[in-house]
Amino acid sequence: MNPPLLDVRGLTLRYETDAGLVTATSRVSFQVNRSDRYVLLGPSGCGKSTLLKAVGGYLAPAEGQILLKGAPIRKPGPDRMMVFQEFDQLLPWCTVTQNVTFALTASGRLKAAEAEERARHYIAKVGLARFADRFPHTLSGGMKQRVAIARGMAMEPDILLMDEPYAALDALTRRSMQDELLQLWEEIRFTVLFVTHSIPEAIKLGTRILLLTPHPGRVKAEHRSDGTDPAGPDGELLSERIHRELFSDAREEEAGHV
Amino acid sequence: MSDSGTVRLPLPAARTGAAPAQRRRVWRNSPLLRKACILLVLACVWQIYAVQLDKPLLFPTLTDTLQALWSSLASGALFTRIGFTLRTLLMGYAAGILLAGVVTALAVGSRLGNDLLETFTAMFNPLPAIALLPLSLLWFGLGNGSLIFVLVHSVLWPTALSTHAGFRAVSPTLRMVGRNYGLTGLRLVLRILVPAAFPSILTGLKNGWAFAWRTLIAAELVFGVSSGAGGLGWFIYENKNQLEIPSVFAGLLTVILIGLFVENLIFRTIERRTVRRWGMQA
Repeated sequence: MNPPLLDVRGLTLRYETDAGLVTATSRVSFQVNRSDRYVLLGPSGCGKSTLLKAVGGYLAPAEGQILLKGAPIRKPGPDRMMVFQEFDQLLPWCTVTQNVTFALTASGRLKAAEAEERARHYIAKVGLARFADRFPHTLSGGMKQRVAIARGMAMEPDILLMDEPYAALDALTRRSMQDELLQLWEEIRFTVLFVTHSIPEAIKLGTRILLLTPHPGRVKAEHRSDGTDPAGPDGELLSERIHRELFSDAREEEAGHV
Repeated sequence: MSDSGTVRLPLPAARTGAAPAQRRRVWRNSPLLRKACILLVLACVWQIYAVQLDKPLLFPTLTDTLQALWSSLASGALFTRIGFTLRTLLMGYAAGILLAGVVTALAVGSRLGNDLLETFTAMFNPLPAIALLPLSLLWFGLGNGSLIFVLVHSVLWPTALSTHAGFRAVSPTLRMVGRNYGLTGLRLVLRILVPAAFPSILTGLKNGWAFAWRTLIAAELVFGVSSGAGGLGWFIYENKNQLEIPSVFAGLLTVILIGLFVENLIFRTIERRTVRRWGMQA
């Protein structure tokens, strides 16, 4: 078997707050292969976003290693494109097309002419060709997220890092965005690491799901998913099982503390 | 009251009502027209009052003022004064902005620089720059140097203050986006932070300009002659001494017109082409 594209080994992450040092994750290990849709799933406080930022290179490990194609990650770079939850991730002074071409040229991936062509291609892919020359503030939230995804994919990174990109959208838009992402994946087969706190979203989007429990974030289990919500041998649905693993045990633990 | 009467009545009313309604709409939708009317009324009031008062030494008529303005413009005297003032202003403004850039860079770059900027702006912002003119004259003598020193003070602090605030308000997400592209250091500042902070920077430039313009005219009133040339402020002062009151009014009018031109045309245009177009109003 090939070595994994992304190899996270015994990763402990800490960051400083006013209240002191917080341990976000403790000895987390997982491996992402090429063309995986790998989902990090857990309640708030499980360190999933911090984990994604560490893979992005914004945070250095306190312990353990993150290897991308065998080399440790030291700083942010265009081989790992982030798609954030916030709508303000687009540069407001650039049009939709310029937002994509800026990423390509500023990172030195392409020259201006080729960048323009590739930008048009990916903007068409997310269905925004008609809005290519609009400024971000004239777009809806869903359209802004589509631009961010087009920008991420146009860079053709090794891995696309998505940090709850649909969390701030309304339910209908979220659903169609999820369908679109799956369609794009069928076409391009990119690798994506996707953070969410929604169990249905994880099952729908993920080929593999890593469950994290909070305070500090630890790996609880890993599941495979085919997009449906299959029943296990004991008749328990995958979603029910994930819910039990994430929450009932935590409740027992809390009860134990009292 | 016949039936036909009630039917016929609304028709002529609607027909005659259409024109006033349209006129009302034009009136409502064009602030420029309304303001032009206000100016026209003010001009009439000025002229009538001055003619009635009949004391040209205290309050010249509008026509006398315009005549004085025209003759000073035609003789070129006013142009050299305007040129002198604008040249000094641009030198001081440019130096002030440059310094503001350096100070802001220091403040963004280090905690001590940040404290330094906050302390200095707290000290100098409430101090009208013109209050430094006596000291400035003492240090730099009767020349352009003194004016520029005062100008730099009037521009530096308000500009640095809002530029710094602008940088600090750039969203962490945008910073992360920039670093994601592999931008660091100066490239990150120039390509991400400066445009992202541009609304505040523009506000700073506008405030800096307004302070500089008012300060310079005031400073020139106190002293304006250097190497045989004086600016607009001096033009006003000199004409007052010679009791050329219409020319004093013409000088004041020029100060207003230039101020209006820069603030409403130049800065408004920059604003429309940048922050408004980007939906980034600060």
